[in-house]
Amino acid sequence: MRAAFRLAVPLAVAFASVPLGVLVPRPAAAATVSIACGSVGIEFDLCRSGAEAWAKRTGNEVRVVSTPKESNEILALYQQLLSAKSGDIDVLRIDVVWPGLLAQHLVDLRTAVPKEVVDQHFAPIVQANTVGGRLVALPWFTDAGLLYYRKDLLEKYGRKVPATWQELTEAARSIQEAERKAGNGKMWGFVFQGRAYEGLTCNALEWVDSFGGGTIVDPSGKVTIDNPKAAEAIRLAASWVKTISPPGVLNYAEEEARGAFQSGSAVFMRNWPYAWALSQAEDSPVKGRVGVAPLPGGGAGGKHTGTLGGWQLAVNRYSKNVAAAVDLAVHLTGPAEQKRAAITASLNPTIPALYKDPEVLKAAPFIGELYDTFTNAVARPSRVTADRYNQVSSEFWNAVHDALSGRATPEASLKALDGKLRRLSRDGKW
Amino acid sequence: MAAASPLLRQRRRAAVLFVLPMLLVLAAVAGWPLLRTIYFAFTDARLSTLETHRLVGLENFVALAADPDWWRAVRSTLLFTAISVALETVLGLVIALTLNAHLPGRGLLRAAVLVPWAIPTVVSAQMWNWMFNDLYGVLNAMFLALGLIDVPRAWTADPDLALFAVIAVDVWKTTPFMALLTLAALQLLPAELHEAARIDGASPLRVFWRITLPLIRPALMVAVVFRTLDALRVFDLPYVLTGNSRYTASMAVFARQRLVDFQDVGYGSAASTFLFLVIAVFTAITFTAGRVRLQGAGA
Repeated sequence: MRAAFRLAVPLAVAFASVPLGVLVPRPAAAATVSIACGSVGIEFDLCRSGAEAWAKRTGNEVRVVSTPKESNEILALYQQLLSAKSGDIDVLRIDVVWPGLLAQHLVDLRTAVPKEVVDQHFAPIVQANTVGGRLVALPWFTDAGLLYYRKDLLEKYGRKVPATWQELTEAARSIQEAERKAGNGKMWGFVFQGRAYEGLTCNALEWVDSFGGGTIVDPSGKVTIDNPKAAEAIRLAASWVKTISPPGVLNYAEEEARGAFQSGSAVFMRNWPYAWALSQAEDSPVKGRVGVAPLPGGGAGGKHTGTLGGWQLAVNRYSKNVAAAVDLAVHLTGPAEQKRAAITASLNPTIPALYKDPEVLKAAPFIGELYDTFTNAVARPSRVTADRYNQVSSEFWNAVHDALSGRATPEASLKALDGKLRRLSRDGKW
Repeated sequence: MAAASPLLRQRRRAAVLFVLPMLLVLAAVAGWPLLRTIYFAFTDARLSTLETHRLVGLENFVALAADPDWWRAVRSTLLFTAISVALETVLGLVIALTLNAHLPGRGLLRAAVLVPWAIPTVVSAQMWNWMFNDLYGVLNAMFLALGLIDVPRAWTADPDLALFAVIAVDVWKTTPFMALLTLAALQLLPAELHEAARIDGASPLRVFWRITLPLIRPALMVAVVFRTLDALRVFDLPYVLTGNSRYTASMAVFARQRLVDFQDVGYGSAASTFLFLVIAVFTAITFTAGRVRLQGAGA
């Protein structure tokens, strides 16, 4: 707190237009702090109630800003704000792949937050938020892609939870056919995020990684995406569209996929943990009939994987209320708030101790069961590609989208992508 | 001109003084950003580190020329401009001719026609987005009921349909503008000409082709030029309807994605500069062609 205030004063002085009140030495006194919350699922309400509780306790005010739904749109918004050195939003909710992109605009929390507060989080996530020795964000919740399935339908047709993507394809097809024959004409086998946006990068990375096809760009910076295993994975995914997945899946983001699954029109769904709490809500048509498992592997010997996601809270360097903003970020990422988030919104904690908390495990059993999935999730190549990550991801999702929509073969699409990424990386140097 | 009287010279000086403030403001708000963009097009500047950049010559333009996504954006923009402006001109003309006839309730009709033009583009684009939706969109429901399609279409997601969806919304929105400009021209036409033609026994179609159209052509051309310039730099419609999708991205959407999403100020500026050149060339051609035609008419 104190350290944060020491940081805040020179920062505040640097702004000629700063109101006098900020300079009065009363840490975090009656400041108005604005926070950008997520808008997917019930996260917005969760964030607002958490922030308002903090405001009440500290006597400050909060202004909750809602952001676009798609993460790449949020990033564009932040980049515009921060490039203009705007302090309009004090606390920013940032994706796990953004610290490298935004670091220079964010407050170093290593000096502003006590070490024991930082050390209660998973070390790898703290590591992911550390850029050049500066801690630029506090972990809020972590994510990994999961397979949601209809327990009742698998039981009805005597199927077990698919262990490979091939098994999933087969099971989805046969259950879809049987259900349609039984008069359920709207039933589809599998829904996922197929729109050309960051979500498709996450989905496709899971397919490719589960087949052993690498992570687009390897940690040394070499472009590895043009390989037969990656092509095999994408080819299988392309075969889903219009057979076990609706044609509209090519324009589905998280919420569209959840809409189809939760209304009972899909057997399987790939989504993030947040979908669990909503599928178990009182008004959910599939309440009590949903199971969660790790995503299938790519064939015999393939690995079960999920893309590492998750959100962090960062403090804007151009904020006029750095001290209060840091305090709010610490409050929201603390054990009490993370526990509430896990119970009410099934957002995965970043604090290991909460994975053994009986109340958390009761509300979202998979959080304990899939501990390994969360701790071994595959990371997108954001560290090595640094400030080109956005462009790499965009080229990747466009290439995959072309293959899914049948405008190019997976092989041709990946070959073209390989060429583009090599040029972009100046042959692996980034 | 050479032997200007002292009075004329004085008046010219006064005119310059009056125009000067406006020129200064224009230079600050339009000239300076434009020059800066053109300058950045020759650098490797990135949005996060604008201050530190170096000159790279024509590198960005060479890369642009070899970028299939860029040429796709150019093609989409030209296609969008040609089709939407053509449809808007024809439909606008038809509506204007109808409104020009002495119908009961004409004033009300005129106001009603203007509604799409009055709605901000972002709002109407989002409205259409919902109507286009493949799951709950009203358009699919209507077309299915009429038997025009047999399965719901993903209008804005399907790359083959998306550009036409964008064009359809633009036509819906901008036709009233064309209708209004055309109507203004129609109402200035002297009634005697039409009366004389009718007495001579000319058919209505002949009257339209031989009298009405030639007389309103100058006004119509101005409207077409304005619309074309507008359409060439279209951004909001494709962006709201289809995001950064490379099958519908216009040149402006392409430039914004490079500038902001990819932080590539150098490359994005090269794209912006090219867009500026296209519009400048188009304007020059129209003005020259217009002058030639006017002189031809005068001779």
